[in-house]
Amino acid sequence: MTEPLLDVRDVEVRYPGRGLRSKGFLALRGVSLDIREGETVGLVGESGSGKTTLGRAILGLAPVTSGSITYRGREISGLPRRQRRTLSDQIQVVFQDPYSSLNPSMTIEAILSEPLTVRGGAGREARDRIAELLDQVALPSDAGRRLPREFSGGQRQRIAIARALALEPRLIVCDEAVSALDLSNQKRILRLLTEIQEDSGVSYLFVSHDLAVVRHVSHRVAVMYRGEIVESGDGDTVTSDPEHPYTRRLLLAAPVPDPDLQARRRRERAALAARENHERTV
Amino acid sequence: MTQETAARRHAPGRGRGLPARLLANPATALSLAFLFLVTLVVFGGEPLAPRDPNHSSLHDILVGPGGDYPLGTDGAGRDVLSRLLVATRISVLAALLALAVALLLGVAGGMLAGYYGGWFDTVSTWLTSLVMSLPAIVVLLAARAVLGPSVWLSMAIFGVILSPVFFRLVYSLVSSVREELYVDAARVSGLGDARILGRHILAVVRAPIIIQAAIVTSTAIAIQSGLEFLGLGDPSVPTWGSMLNEGFANIYRAPMLLLWPAVAIALTSVALAVLANTLRDELEGGARPAGGPQTAEDGPRETAHAPVRHRPEETGTGRELLSVRGLRVGYRTPAGVREVVHGIDLSVDRGEVHGLVGESGSGKTQTAFAVMGLLSRGGRVLAGSAVFEGNDLLAGGEADRARVRGRGIGYVPQEPMSNLDPSFTIGSQLVEPLRVCLGMDRRAARARALGLLERVGIPDPERTFSAYPHQVSGGMAQRVLIAGAVSTEPALLIADEPTTALDVTVQAEVLDLLRDLQQDLDMGVLLVTHNFGVVADLCDRVSVMRSGHIVESGPTREIFRDAEHPYTQSLLDSILDGGSARGPLAPTDRKDVDR
Repeated sequence: MTEPLLDVRDVEVRYPGRGLRSKGFLALRGVSLDIREGETVGLVGESGSGKTTLGRAILGLAPVTSGSITYRGREISGLPRRQRRTLSDQIQVVFQDPYSSLNPSMTIEAILSEPLTVRGGAGREARDRIAELLDQVALPSDAGRRLPREFSGGQRQRIAIARALALEPRLIVCDEAVSALDLSNQKRILRLLTEIQEDSGVSYLFVSHDLAVVRHVSHRVAVMYRGEIVESGDGDTVTSDPEHPYTRRLLLAAPVPDPDLQARRRRERAALAARENHERTV
Repeated sequence: MTQETAARRHAPGRGRGLPARLLANPATALSLAFLFLVTLVVFGGEPLAPRDPNHSSLHDILVGPGGDYPLGTDGAGRDVLSRLLVATRISVLAALLALAVALLLGVAGGMLAGYYGGWFDTVSTWLTSLVMSLPAIVVLLAARAVLGPSVWLSMAIFGVILSPVFFRLVYSLVSSVREELYVDAARVSGLGDARILGRHILAVVRAPIIIQAAIVTSTAIAIQSGLEFLGLGDPSVPTWGSMLNEGFANIYRAPMLLLWPAVAIALTSVALAVLANTLRDELEGGARPAGGPQTAEDGPRETAHAPVRHRPEETGTGRELLSVRGLRVGYRTPAGVREVVHGIDLSVDRGEVHGLVGESGSGKTQTAFAVMGLLSRGGRVLAGSAVFEGNDLLAGGEADRARVRGRGIGYVPQEPMSNLDPSFTIGSQLVEPLRVCLGMDRRAARARALGLLERVGIPDPERTFSAYPHQVSGGMAQRVLIAGAVSTEPALLIADEPTTALDVTVQAEVLDLLRDLQQDLDMGVLLVTHNFGVVADLCDRVSVMRSGHIVESGPTREIFRDAEHPYTQSLLDSILDGGSARGPLAPTDRKDVDR
């Protein structure tokens, strides 16, 4: 048995509060998770559950106050900036908002060449790589000279994916990567991500609030609630026959696009709520 | 709208270059020409001076203009032209020295404090406040007393006093940009801090700094002239201020002496102010996106086919509450009116929930807004009618429509938080429409509002009544807005993506609440949404919109079972809910993992 690509053990993240005596805000309370090569792990939860914080902790953007995050056996939490930077060709990110994740005053070419210049790619080489990347995410080759605002939400998300792919990372954290997109674009982007994975064997940590999306792309799924992982396991099981009451509530809360099924789900949800209420009062 | 304003802030209009656009404005062109002249004098003026500016000739005191002295001489017999040329150089360079000091301290400090925060932030913010609290003139007088009369020294000190202007500007810009995701993305890309500051942060602060610099330079010139005019400067160094002083001393004998430095100071200040104004317009206000909502992004444009109608005979049943006919909505753009809703028909019956579904840019929200008369600026109804209980909402004056809106139509918006005024308590925002629309007295309105809060499932109505919007969660805020929308017992409720901003468990509760209220009050509901789950949960009928047309419309079950229009079918195909899971990672997928 080989070790996982990324191993998160008992990670706690506490954001400092204002004032000296404030204890700060505990965003993650001892979270453990592992991701293997070529695998997609879905991380689902509601706002404030800590799912985004976990992604940011892995990216080195959130303060890990205890626990460990190891990448290929090497501890990467709390690395100084200089050493952290050497991980940029291993771990990358695609953010939710395709509007604020691209600098509006830079051309697509400048955005995509940014990670390449870090590695010290020469002009010619970088240009070839950019053409390759644009092709990989199915954008026209003349896109490089244009500005982000000339693109639609779905296209911008393709640009963000191209930027993440530039250094051929082994793990990409997708933080609500399709949440801001329309249905049809959402499906297209998910297909693109899956294809890239099948070609390159990259792993994804797929953070989303949408159980249906997570179910669609993930091999395994973990459910977060109030800074903890309450349930994790095989994607199909967790998203269709969950054990934890919170996951069940989450599953039943999402309306299904079928009037009769939804009416049934509504009754099940009411029954579950009544049962929980009953248990609480007894 | 943050992204839009961000885009506005960062992106100067393309097409023509900035210099060309500046020169297109005659006032700015004149200002630039004048400033160019001043620059020439600053760098090349001294050799042109016919005489030594400090050489006084006792034979030629207060000689009028002309002859040997083109601008005459002053009270000490010095050549005014020579003095003006040299004074220009010194005054402008000293002002630029103040600017340079202010820029250096303010911009560097603001960028570091804004980007890194921490102790440097605390210390520099404190120092900035200290400097701002010092009265500039008093400090400059004290400095002159201690360090002696030097225009350079006093301007350097004035630069320190001015630096908070830049510090605060840069600090606030940088701390907001630091939160942008693209800065995070750059960090993950492995960029060092220096590069991030240079590429992403400096680009944002550049334009405001340039504008501020023009303003600060003219302030420096004014203060410097003031000090020198008071006679606090070094008498051996000619400046505009000291020339003013000299002219003032001889104002009765040679009034013209005052004119030259005054003209120089005034014109330079005016030129800088005009330039700063135009720069602000061009750099910050340029490239304003055309007004109006976004349009559909991908796919071909819909041509005006008649929509697929399931059971069209069911319309006109006499239970019709809202009947929209041939509605066209357009937005004014520089290129003319852009139509975003192309003549749609839509009806909502009494007690019926009608879903209006579509992707972003399909015109569904514009339709709802047009019915309520809430189109954003530049938008207007081009044609059509919307008959609600016998009145055409699109005809008549704003006052009539407001009356109908308040009593007959309730509205639940998408973003609960931005639709509550943060500076009033929730209670007062609920009570006001009751008093205005229903004419209730204070006590009755309060009782009614508390009853409504309880009705929408708020656990502690009294507390929520006296709370401010930021003290309640998003789900609670949406309940409050629903309470407000149904407070006048309207016959029609228009809900624009009422659950999109909410978590899924909260969404389920809010949907339950909407269903309950709709049944209790027998309201007609026009529900705008992109979520087919919400449609399945609530709606009796659905209309599918695309690119400003309704492509299909009919009872909810029939649309889900056998949608006829290819677009509706493709939308339904894109739904992931109920699809199969991806399944566990197969061993064959794992080329380099042996388990």
